[in-house]
Amino acid sequence: MSQESLDIRFRRAVRRATGEVTVEVDGRPIAVGEEDTAAAAILLAGALPNRLSAVSGSPRAPYCMMGACFECLAEIDGVPLQQACLVQVADGMRIRTAKGSPT
Amino acid sequence: MTAVTADVVVIGGGLHGCSAALNMARRGLSVVVIEKDFVGRHASSANAGGVRTLGRDPREITLSLASLDLWHQIESIVGSDCGFQASGQLRLAETPEALARLQRRVDMLTSQGFDHEEIIGADEVYDILPGLRPGCVGGLICRRDGSANPLATMQAYRAVVLAAGVDLHEGIAATGATRSGGTWTVTTSAGAFEAPVIVNCAGAWADRVAAWIGDMVPVTAVAPCAMITSRMPPSLGPVVSTESRPLSLKQFENGTVLISGSLRGVADRNTNVAAIKLAPFAARAATVLELFPAMQGAQAVRFWAGIEAATPDGSPIIGPSAAAEGAFHAFGFNGHGFELGPGCGAVIAELVTTGSTNMPIAGLEVDRFEADPGVADGARRDPIEQGVDHAAST
Amino acid sequence: MSGETIDLAVVGAGPAGMAAAATAADLGLDVRLLDEQPWPGGQIHRGVDRLAGPKTTDDPDRAAGRALLHALRQSKADYRPRTCVWHVGPGDDGVFELGLRCDGAVALLRARHVLLATGSVERAMPIPGWTLPGVMTAGAAQSMLKASGLCPEGPIVMAGSGPLLYLCADQLAAVGADIRALLDTTPRGRYFRALRDLPAALRAPAVLRRGLGLLRAPARRGIPVHRHVEAVEAVGDLGVTGVRWRRGGRWDQTDCDHLLLHQGVQPHINLPRLAGCAMEWDDVQHCWKPETDDWGRSTVPGCWVAGDGAGIAGGEAASDFGRLAALGVAADLGALTREEAGRRATSHNRALAPLLAVRPFLDNLYRPDRAFMLPADGTLACRCEEMTAGDIRKAVADGCHAIEAVKQYTRCGMGACQGRMCGSTVPEVIADARGVPVSAVGTYSQRTPVKPLPLTELAKLDTVLNPPSTETAA
Repeated sequence: MSQESLDIRFRRAVRRATGEVTVEVDGRPIAVGEEDTAAAAILLAGALPNRLSAVSGSPRAPYCMMGACFECLAEIDGVPLQQACLVQVADGMRIRTAKGSPT
Repeated sequence: MTAVTADVVVIGGGLHGCSAALNMARRGLSVVVIEKDFVGRHASSANAGGVRTLGRDPREITLSLASLDLWHQIESIVGSDCGFQASGQLRLAETPEALARLQRRVDMLTSQGFDHEEIIGADEVYDILPGLRPGCVGGLICRRDGSANPLATMQAYRAVVLAAGVDLHEGIAATGATRSGGTWTVTTSAGAFEAPVIVNCAGAWADRVAAWIGDMVPVTAVAPCAMITSRMPPSLGPVVSTESRPLSLKQFENGTVLISGSLRGVADRNTNVAAIKLAPFAARAATVLELFPAMQGAQAVRFWAGIEAATPDGSPIIGPSAAAEGAFHAFGFNGHGFELGPGCGAVIAELVTTGSTNMPIAGLEVDRFEADPGVADGARRDPIEQGVDHAAST
Repeated sequence: MSGETIDLAVVGAGPAGMAAAATAADLGLDVRLLDEQPWPGGQIHRGVDRLAGPKTTDDPDRAAGRALLHALRQSKADYRPRTCVWHVGPGDDGVFELGLRCDGAVALLRARHVLLATGSVERAMPIPGWTLPGVMTAGAAQSMLKASGLCPEGPIVMAGSGPLLYLCADQLAAVGADIRALLDTTPRGRYFRALRDLPAALRAPAVLRRGLGLLRAPARRGIPVHRHVEAVEAVGDLGVTGVRWRRGGRWDQTDCDHLLLHQGVQPHINLPRLAGCAMEWDDVQHCWKPETDDWGRSTVPGCWVAGDGAGIAGGEAASDFGRLAALGVAADLGALTREEAGRRATSHNRALAPLLAVRPFLDNLYRPDRAFMLPADGTLACRCEEMTAGDIRKAVADGCHAIEAVKQYTRCGMGACQGRMCGSTVPEVIADARGVPVSAVGTYSQRTPVKPLPLTELAKLDTVLNPPSTETAA
């Protein structure tokens, strides 16, 4: 059975005492903790798959969250192919996933 | 232990060893190949894959053109297209002075009867390379040149060599060669091999094999380097070099872009280790970005430094031994031997089976450096070669 | 050329790196601590610097992490977050040259000694469907919880083996995660066989007690545990929609939105390999690790390896290994005498003894099952270049025996992750296909850059090396 769309996401389970910032994930604003990573923002936004694989174009999503797997690649503030799990968010950060094109 | 016997023992399982072995086997000889690592371990399989006649030393031109003809029918020779694409090789002229130098080269070639290199104007350069930054004034092109995939090429050669009945021994190293009663005995880390003929295709280690034979060659080990980028949108243009600065750039079918051009690291052939130097990589990256703004989004994924043999005059050693009967050499390709692989193997096979060849290989003799000690301290090759170094290995 | 030469560059700000940097700086060395994460702590102490971090995660390592961070902050060590070390190699006049990138800038750093404290990575668990969105490592989910207080939404299945799987299940359940099943792939008989290592392990009763508590945790949380699971598959098209598993020959399945995989950790050895450190096979831990002496000295003079990157011993041991390496470097540089270094090492070695004594028990118990190291032909082994186990077996059948030959033949290990994901699976499949031990197959070589480097940043290095005022070499 083939899926029409994907709704896989993370939720905030622990309230943060630190401040919130707003980032854009694929143009949609989302409030995140100021000490979250860009990959966390992608998972909170459910913006999956964030990329298609380079060879077959199959859907991919953040996998290791520690900088090893290169599955969380996204364009961050105009710079392509960033490891989103290693980048701290900043207010107004623009995160663009590569849903449509293999990376 | 009894020795394995054959008609020919080839030392070195790179592209040249495999090509020679294939051609000899197809001429009916029984052939042993001894390879210390595995087929294509060094410069052969991880080089830049340039199939280039452009800018060659005049001594190599006829051979390289014959080899290019074989590349155009490579599938019928080795059963795989080896990723060969006749996308051309283009040398850019960024200034009128550079264009004038290229024109002088074409005039020189014309006087020798060659017409494969062709000057093109800026309009055609920008038709071919729409992504090139403005300002180039023309270029020198070899339209039938192109590139192949070195990995696919070595896979194909390995398979076809085995299919042709060649006795391939990987992971064993030759330790010596002696001749007695018309028979060469090659000792290895795994027993001895005997044959009336030996062929030295040992790449960066070939001067040691040559010394066993009795030919002293001032070969140095160099470490050609290259880097490969992440996949970029395909452009399928020619292999690009520039006349006024070192660069070679080529996109593979899978989208990755290979950047090279006179990149040199430090080779240690005793440990099989080649170390890179960062500075030239950075310089090539700057050149690429300046010439091709669309490469802004690319990432350098891997730098290589391989080990390859260099000769004092920058051209290979191809032909019979000057010191002993039944011994032949094909090595010292200075990082541009990939294109010559199919053709050189055919020449070696011809030499081994008939004793002569019609291919002009004058000037590539093994003893050419003895007469001219001045050459040995590093007289450089034709400046036009500078931008197009194609070998690098893992 | 660029800048001065420092005494010691420490790569990785986990427990080994933090402890080493603080110790070496306190001994008067000029130390720089380089880490690619935005915050210190490594994986185990992720988020430790943030007082506002999630309090619900019951993590006894937290106090240890705070102490390490405090010592680092008190020291004169120069800590540089967000800094990726993409090259380590021999520079001029016998010092190391490191290529760095940080916030879009590149730089070269020259250091007399280098300590690689790059920790561990989770061993791949290549099952059908493991690249689907919704499938991630258990460690990844734990990181999200520790660092950001995030939890997977919707039904979760966890699969694999080892203490981290249970710890993560417990921590996620504590914040209300909906864990539908924990599929334990530890094979039948492992517990019995590990018993012979138990007497030694009893020297570390706290570790065992904690482990036992973790094993009981799922039941306490109401999570169904299925033991001795023989096969696991992620089901889905665009993303995971369910998990199938086989147990006692029978297949079962459940729907889920997330599948969290884990089958142990192994040393993260990309940088030690690039530096040229000789590797040795650890048969008990079933992984390659750099050869080191008691101080963390590798086979490359001046290059040291400490912490889980030198062999898995856990975060607590890592800090002591880091201090030992710092003492060794300081002694080599003459900042303290050999005798003094030896004297100081005694207390660290004493602290390490029980932590190392418990390892054989844990390592034998949780050594990954062959079934989960040898994927079926159709299953991806290399995520980047999308090569299946069948592709690797075909390469071997076509005559590629050396791992480097298979790499050239298949492109496995040539993608962006540089073999971090397939580096455990590919040698395993080759060894199995050839009928030789994994140790005979070797491990990937590593090229610069150890992580992909934007061409624009590499080009900036040209400006660093050749300032515009000087003549550029042709």
